[in-house]
Amino acid sequence: MGAGHAHGLYLDRDTAVHRLAPEVKIVALVVFTVAVVITRREVFWAFGAYAVLVIGAAALARVPLRWLLTRSLIELPFVVLALALPFLGQGERVTWLGLSLSVEGLYGGWNILAKGTLGVLASLLLAATTTTRDLVLGLDRLHCPQVLTQIATFMLRYLEVLGDEARRMRIARISRGDDPRFLWQLKGFAAGVGALFLRAFERGERVYLAMLSRGYSGRMPEAWRTDGAATASQWVAAVGVAVVGGAIATAAFVIR
Amino acid sequence: MTAAEQSLSLRVVGVHYAYPDGQVALRGVDLMVARGERVALLGPNGAGKTTVVLHLNGILHGGGGTVDVGGLRVDPGDRKRLAEIRSRVGIVFQDPDDQLFLPTVAEDVAFGPANAGLRGTELSTRVDEALAAVGMAEHRDRAPHHLSFGQRRRVAVATVLAMRPEILVLDEPSSNLDPASRRELAEILRSLPVTVLMVTHDLPYALELCPRAVVIDNGSIVADGPTAELLADAPLMARHRLELPFGFDLGRAAAQLAAPAATRDS
Repeated sequence: MGAGHAHGLYLDRDTAVHRLAPEVKIVALVVFTVAVVITRREVFWAFGAYAVLVIGAAALARVPLRWLLTRSLIELPFVVLALALPFLGQGERVTWLGLSLSVEGLYGGWNILAKGTLGVLASLLLAATTTTRDLVLGLDRLHCPQVLTQIATFMLRYLEVLGDEARRMRIARISRGDDPRFLWQLKGFAAGVGALFLRAFERGERVYLAMLSRGYSGRMPEAWRTDGAATASQWVAAVGVAVVGGAIATAAFVIR
Repeated sequence: MTAAEQSLSLRVVGVHYAYPDGQVALRGVDLMVARGERVALLGPNGAGKTTVVLHLNGILHGGGGTVDVGGLRVDPGDRKRLAEIRSRVGIVFQDPDDQLFLPTVAEDVAFGPANAGLRGTELSTRVDEALAAVGMAEHRDRAPHHLSFGQRRRVAVATVLAMRPEILVLDEPSSNLDPASRRELAEILRSLPVTVLMVTHDLPYALELCPRAVVIDNGSIVADGPTAELLADAPLMARHRLELPFGFDLGRAAAQLAAPAATRDS
């Protein structure tokens, strides 16, 4: 039901991180991710430092670690790949607990695991502290192409619409004696997916018409784009994160 | 255009429309609504009511005919004018969940006027004014999905009122409301000093709120007159699949309407 308020990942708190202008957080996230990705995988301490940075930000935003960790399970498919690499890798091998592991594969697995986890945690942190509307506003203020921000806006809006419709259809299915246990409910779901698409499409169309009728012209209102935009001190905060991230990455190149 | 035509809130002349799949929805619709009038648009399902509504602010167009809102011609090619038209025609859609999409009630109410370029105190005055008009001022900072359906419908009305429309268009305003919410909404609508076009199947509601009614069927206007007279015209009603609810007594309702407002709502 409830129309596009905050998305499912948003944690409603009143902290300095939540109040930070969205464009600042987006820039900080991007810089941080790039810094993590370019860091050499052998420099273990650098990843520790990144983790401290993320945990510090999470503490500041009062996002529980448990919340972050359960939601980061989304990277599980990649973790499986990372765990497989030491067994599948080529070249020099080491023996550990009677297992023959590839050194190259171990590094590769670690690389995916560490960088992936840091990226996911940082993104979750952004999601937890920024509402949908603010995310889109932030992208807009960063002069992200309008087509992209529009697609993002509507994707977020319609995902929710789709979720709602799916929930209603599921309840209707259960009410008629469907037995939804784990995978078995997939059958009913698969049968309903076409109807779901049509219903969501029609509803999406109505939502769009309602927006158009109130003068929506493809961008959020001008006033919102400028009100509450990042202040200089907020940018300094973001630059702070970026500088620390960059410094760790640079140091990792210099110090082995 | 004559002076009489300029005082019209709405002037629809010869509007035709066929959907892209070839299905003809409107076959020449003519409708005049004077400023300050409250008119009910009645008709069976599929008669073309919603199609007419979507023509009023230029969302649908291209089948021929003209629409003027407060003397301004709807021209789908002129984006700037279209923006003006859309702030003059306030459409309240049937499902408030289609209309409300922002985190708080106040932000949603601000969406329309903010699109029109308002900001700062002017914008917040508009929001307060619109919320006060529907009696939702104390809920301004709540999330729309935490409100009851009746409250959401009222907020949806406020989102449109905040644009100070020339004409308020309501699509099935009484649907899914419990009787108390229905009565509250009627009181609010009656208190608003705007032109109202109300699309509805709820004939008692039309009678209660709109002195004049227009019946549309099969894509054209088939009757236009005082609501009480149209509802009393049994052959007309039967011809266009319009039926009063079971047990409804038109005579008693008319007597109640004629009585002063104080006794009516008791």
